[in-house]
Amino acid sequence: MQVRKLYWATAFLTLLPSLQGQGTPPTPPARRMGGFIPGQQRVAGDPAQLERGKSVYGIGCRSCHGADLRGGDMGGPNLLRSQLCLSDKDGELIIPVIEGSRQSTGMPAIKMSSEDAKAVAAYVRSVLGTIGGQGMPPSVGKAAPSILVGNASEGQAYFAAKCSGCHSGTGDMQGIASRIADPKALQNAWVAGGARQRFGGPAQSNSRRRTVTVAVTLPSGAKEDGRLVRIDDFTVTLAREDGTTATFRRDGDIPKVEVRDPLKAHRDLLPGYTDKNIHDVTAYLVTLK
Amino acid sequence: MRSIRTLLFLPALLLGQGKGIAPSELTKPLKDSWPTYNGDYTGRRFSALKQVNSVNVKSLSLAWMSRLTPGMGNTQQGFGRRGFAGPQSRIIVGGEGSGELNVGGGTIKASVLQVDGTLYFTMPDNAWAVDARDGRELWHYFWKTKGGTHIGNRGLGMWNNYLYMETPDNYLVSLDARTGKERWHKTIAELDQGYFSTPAPIIIGNHVIAGTGNDIDAPGFLQSFDPETGELQWKTYMVPMKKGDPGLETWASLDAARHGGGQTWIPGAYDPETKLYMIGTGNPTPAYTTGTRGEGDNLFTCALVALNVDTGKMAWYYQTSPHDMHDYDSAQTPVLVDGMFNGRQRKMVLTAARNGYFFVLDRVTGEHLLTSRYGTHTNWANGLNKSGGPKFDPAKNATVPGALVSPDSGGTVNWQPPAYNPDTGLFYVLEFNEFAMFYLTDVDPRGSMGLGGKEEVGVGSSGNYLVAIDYKTGKVVWRRQYYGTDGGGGGMLTTAGNLLFASDGAGNFVAYDAKTGKPLWHARIGRITNAPQTYMLDGHQYVTVATGDMLWAFVMN
Repeated sequence: MQVRKLYWATAFLTLLPSLQGQGTPPTPPARRMGGFIPGQQRVAGDPAQLERGKSVYGIGCRSCHGADLRGGDMGGPNLLRSQLCLSDKDGELIIPVIEGSRQSTGMPAIKMSSEDAKAVAAYVRSVLGTIGGQGMPPSVGKAAPSILVGNASEGQAYFAAKCSGCHSGTGDMQGIASRIADPKALQNAWVAGGARQRFGGPAQSNSRRRTVTVAVTLPSGAKEDGRLVRIDDFTVTLAREDGTTATFRRDGDIPKVEVRDPLKAHRDLLPGYTDKNIHDVTAYLVTLK
Repeated sequence: MRSIRTLLFLPALLLGQGKGIAPSELTKPLKDSWPTYNGDYTGRRFSALKQVNSVNVKSLSLAWMSRLTPGMGNTQQGFGRRGFAGPQSRIIVGGEGSGELNVGGGTIKASVLQVDGTLYFTMPDNAWAVDARDGRELWHYFWKTKGGTHIGNRGLGMWNNYLYMETPDNYLVSLDARTGKERWHKTIAELDQGYFSTPAPIIIGNHVIAGTGNDIDAPGFLQSFDPETGELQWKTYMVPMKKGDPGLETWASLDAARHGGGQTWIPGAYDPETKLYMIGTGNPTPAYTTGTRGEGDNLFTCALVALNVDTGKMAWYYQTSPHDMHDYDSAQTPVLVDGMFNGRQRKMVLTAARNGYFFVLDRVTGEHLLTSRYGTHTNWANGLNKSGGPKFDPAKNATVPGALVSPDSGGTVNWQPPAYNPDTGLFYVLEFNEFAMFYLTDVDPRGSMGLGGKEEVGVGSSGNYLVAIDYKTGKVVWRRQYYGTDGGGGGMLTTAGNLLFASDGAGNFVAYDAKTGKPLWHARIGRITNAPQTYMLDGHQYVTVATGDMLWAFVMN
């Protein structure tokens, strides 16, 4: 996928109510369901037909293609990513295959009435409509397996050796597993050095301990300290205690700028962790209820 | 009323007129114009212009800026039209959608073409012509979409006076460059199958080369169309599609290969001597699980492939990410360089892949010459295979308890075009060193689908950089750290004036000394969203760059 951050992309595509027929109430559109393709409108089938299709699928198709349509024990391919199924509008592509047009590639003809075949096609399309963004299969997210595999005592030893300079199991970390009950969230938080947003940037935090500060020393010797607002090669802006800000022009090393980022120590640890270190420390931290 | 409107349109029509760009012109080195995505076929994004140079760049000043409004509205703002009583621009509406879908805001990620004093560029579903001298809108073409992922559009291709644009709902649309009127549109992929099209078409002789993309498990392909009629000339799949196809042995089954990805997201480079078009292919699918695709290399995904431009037949390939497991597609711009390598004059192709590795190949034969790691903390691979490709470390795939991986799935670089300057011998590219926890959430032995099956949580970066690589050694010669987490922006431009133009990741458009990386000039115009262009008009050199819906032009007066 050729993007850095896709999750906002679908926000561009929103359905606007039709502006036609001003003066007369607009006709309500037929009930439609979304698909994994932004803007796509799949026509929702008739509930009775879908119910029938589901039953017939269970009898004639499920053993090969799987209960979730993602392929079954008897080798039938995943229907959720089938180009033929994805393109089917009203059974015109699916029904001939049910009737035996692909016997040479191993798909037998399945005996069913043409009405049932149509119902199966409608059912398949209805499941396709539940595929998630970027082709995510519908079953994902139902039961996330436990991430706890580490050795708590080895984690405690690692913590004592590497973390105890700044942190303590009976001090700041006490009760961490109660404050962050989900082990995965806890693991993400400690590896990042604090709760973070998905995909990158640090979460906005008012915590003083995580505030990035900067000291600017002018050629005259005058010095200003404050919270770092922004910095680049050309200017640096700080916020003073009273809330006012000051921006300084930068020209190479003048003025002298010293940024203090409390999270830097955590970031510097990232290249050094093994996955076992991480899992062990998490196993230890979840005991700090 | 109609006659008055016609009169109002007339000046715009006249201003938009020109000779266009003959296909033979595209084989010449880049000079006063910018007639194709990368400027020329080499992908170097190197301009021979040097009126603006490292000595005088401090005097570069704003010529104009224009704000573009996508969609049916047509209210150009800024200095382009409003309040300056310019003639009204034309809006031309096409498309097969109902017009109900609101595409909303838009961002210029396109490379901007400059031909005959007119600029041509896009947002998804939208194309514009604006006057290169003052930013005034000449026409605006809007395509009513049927849907599809509207993540970006890389720009237009131009053949004589005709323009070509791809749409998110997979049409190739041809416009008359003088008027913006549509000539024809053709379906190039099926929207219902999840395809969406972002690339800029590349014109080579009488070929319009158009890539496309998809995230669900679908085969990637590249197509060539007739510039006059839009008729398909050839279609080459990037994965095996039938028994006997080369590369099939690297997949667990034919069904897996036929759903194996290898999309053609980004335009390639072209060598007129060998008639080879070189393009980087996308990741295998499912992206994060081996389930259906097996343990093999999954050819020809994550590879640099060279195709004969007349037939589409593959002459050679080189896989830069065998058996990718992190959505590190290899859809980066290849860069063609002639120069010395190990004491020998060679015709080469360079690529810095999303996976953090830099490669030098012989572009005639595909022979591997060099691999180096430019992502400082890249940790997903364990050494190199016998072809010089990185060997993936299974422990760094997404796992249930979580694997700490760098880079994140966004990659060390993404779509942002690199640049190469023959005067410095340096290759310029972004280097992102994000770390992320990769959790396997879909433990189904059949594997997942598309980009599904994992959860990714960013846990910090060890620093993101603009880097200059010496291709002869693969070593980084200099690097400049980006401030903040939003480094990069849209890519690189380098010039014979010893300059490198790029975003600094902090809202500045910066001219760096190409030799040393020292910043020499900047303008704080906001988040840069495309790779800059340069051109010469009336004896003055311009540099353009986009920030969201704004296009900026700087000039040496």
